[in-house]
Amino acid sequence: MGEAGADVLRLEGITRDFGEGEARTRVLRGVDLSLGRGEFAALMGPSGSGKSTLLHIMGLLDKPTGGRILLDGQDTGALDDDALTRYRGRTLGFVFQFHHLLPEFTAIENVMIPMAADKGRLDPSMRECAMALLERVGLSARADNRATTLSGGQAQRVAIARSLAMNPKIVLADEPTGNLDTQTADEVFSLLREVNRAQKVTFLVVTHDHRLAARTDRIIELVDGRIVSDHPNQPG
Amino acid sequence: MRFEWFIAIRYLREGKAQTALVLGGTTVGVAVLIFLTALISGLQRTLVAQTLSAQAHVFVKAPERVARPLPSPDRVADRVEKVPDRVRSIEQWQQVLASIGTIPGVVAATPTAAGAAFASRGPATKSVTLRGIDPESFARVIDVVPKMRSGRFALEGSEAIIGTVLASDLGVGVGDKVRLATPEGRGDVFTVSGVFDLGNKEVNARWVFVPLRSAQTMLDIPGGATTIEVKVDEIFEAERMAREITRRYGLAADSWMELNRQLLVGLRSQSASSWMIQVLVVLAVALGIASVLGVSVIQKSREIGILKATGTSTGTIQRIFLLEGALVGGAGSVLGALIGSGMAVAFAGLARAPTGDPLFPVDLTPGLYLGAAAVAILTGTLAAWFPARRAARLEPAEVIRYG
Repeated sequence: MGEAGADVLRLEGITRDFGEGEARTRVLRGVDLSLGRGEFAALMGPSGSGKSTLLHIMGLLDKPTGGRILLDGQDTGALDDDALTRYRGRTLGFVFQFHHLLPEFTAIENVMIPMAADKGRLDPSMRECAMALLERVGLSARADNRATTLSGGQAQRVAIARSLAMNPKIVLADEPTGNLDTQTADEVFSLLREVNRAQKVTFLVVTHDHRLAARTDRIIELVDGRIVSDHPNQPG
Repeated sequence: MRFEWFIAIRYLREGKAQTALVLGGTTVGVAVLIFLTALISGLQRTLVAQTLSAQAHVFVKAPERVARPLPSPDRVADRVEKVPDRVRSIEQWQQVLASIGTIPGVVAATPTAAGAAFASRGPATKSVTLRGIDPESFARVIDVVPKMRSGRFALEGSEAIIGTVLASDLGVGVGDKVRLATPEGRGDVFTVSGVFDLGNKEVNARWVFVPLRSAQTMLDIPGGATTIEVKVDEIFEAERMAREITRRYGLAADSWMELNRQLLVGLRSQSASSWMIQVLVVLAVALGIASVLGVSVIQKSREIGILKATGTSTGTIQRIFLLEGALVGGAGSVLGALIGSGMAVAFAGLARAPTGDPLFPVDLTPGLYLGAAAVAILTGTLAAWFPARRAARLEPAEVIRYG
């Protein structure tokens, strides 16, 4: 079980509305949530419950209508667009359902992109660093393959390596295994768990799969934009 | 390598069809720019050079005499008749000549005494323009020395220099004698010391150069000069110089531009239409680049969202697309310069005089290439502006979710 230290992420009264006027709907209705260092939590809930929206808000990809986000102690509402981008790049990693690797680039280049975007240039040390990450996810042999030539599981491993490129505090994963067959899904999930244990990176994984959720430390359930249950879990 | 360059170059390399389209458009645009400019400026330079091969830039003459009726209380002039003007000398021409020589922009000035005359040898008589000159300063105003077909450009005693057409009309060559006489009957026998070809049939048939002193005697203007011919360093400043001379000395001054009004109007409208074509071409290229990049931004929405999610700033995204436009402009200007200069050289090669000499050179100057490259790169960058802004404004959450 990952040890929960000081909060790396805290949400206070987060609301999010979509649409204008009559069509205005409140997707998140006041979410309070804290994630501690090294936690491995699952975010569950039916379709349309606001899981992805919440994940995007935590990931600073979307702005809440109301409420506060404290990321690693920093109130993100105080940051301008560029500062937010830089802060996001350095603190957060993302793993999406559809790996979302850039098809024009090779596996290793995809892993290098967050580093190069942060520095503003590419240098050879980034390649070494990215290679180490690919080794970590067991894909160093395919480093120079195009992202488009990788299988679903391989692509998702590369996406995991990419999410770790900046040594983030938190990795947010949106149904990272949703698109994979059961065996591959298990492997990818195990990899996430392993990284979490070895590096004390906090993970929040959105999933529909109870079987996978059972392997996390904490299960948070979101229904109609509200957290309805949040309890620790003893992974089997 | 800069991050923006890395991404922009990769996008251009991977989006082969799109890159080929915009690159092709830019290349054609630059080629047209180079070809047209080289051709038109070469053509115009040759036309002007040909016109000026036998013509000074500014002609200074005595002011026209105006007939004025005498004021008288009991008589009303019912017609004012202009006095038929005989050949007149510029007053104090030596001082004026020396003074003109000091005006900034004047390269050289030479006095001439010109009038009508007949040239005859045996039974053949031709009407000619007698031009009494000082060969040394005249050669500085009009570049005649390299255009001598035989003999030399020098006048001593009673020597004359004639054109190729007159030489063949009269059947004379260097060393032969020709009789020159004015309509008033003053005349003398001259020895041909040289034959010129100034590239103009009329001039070759009519101009006869004699020493200034001989012309003064024949035209009955002892010690006088009818015109001062001036060469300036900026040929298109000639008109301004002519006005300046009129202002300073009260003399009549015509520039070559005034005497060749039609040529100048022709040149100007040629330049104007060539400019218009070029502006339209640049506009078409810009629209092409903008629309192709615009489509590519839409196609890449999701990837742009991912780049943003992984720490790429809005400014960087914008620079990536601006850079794509600039790179296409740069590459297009290199290819277009090659094709455009190839076309210009080939075209100049096709248009040949019967002698096999090119009719006109094409003006392929470094300035032209630099200018075309600057236009292409600027056009590419500006055309990429709107697509780049659109890309930069994409919200990562939306394009990742729905993309």
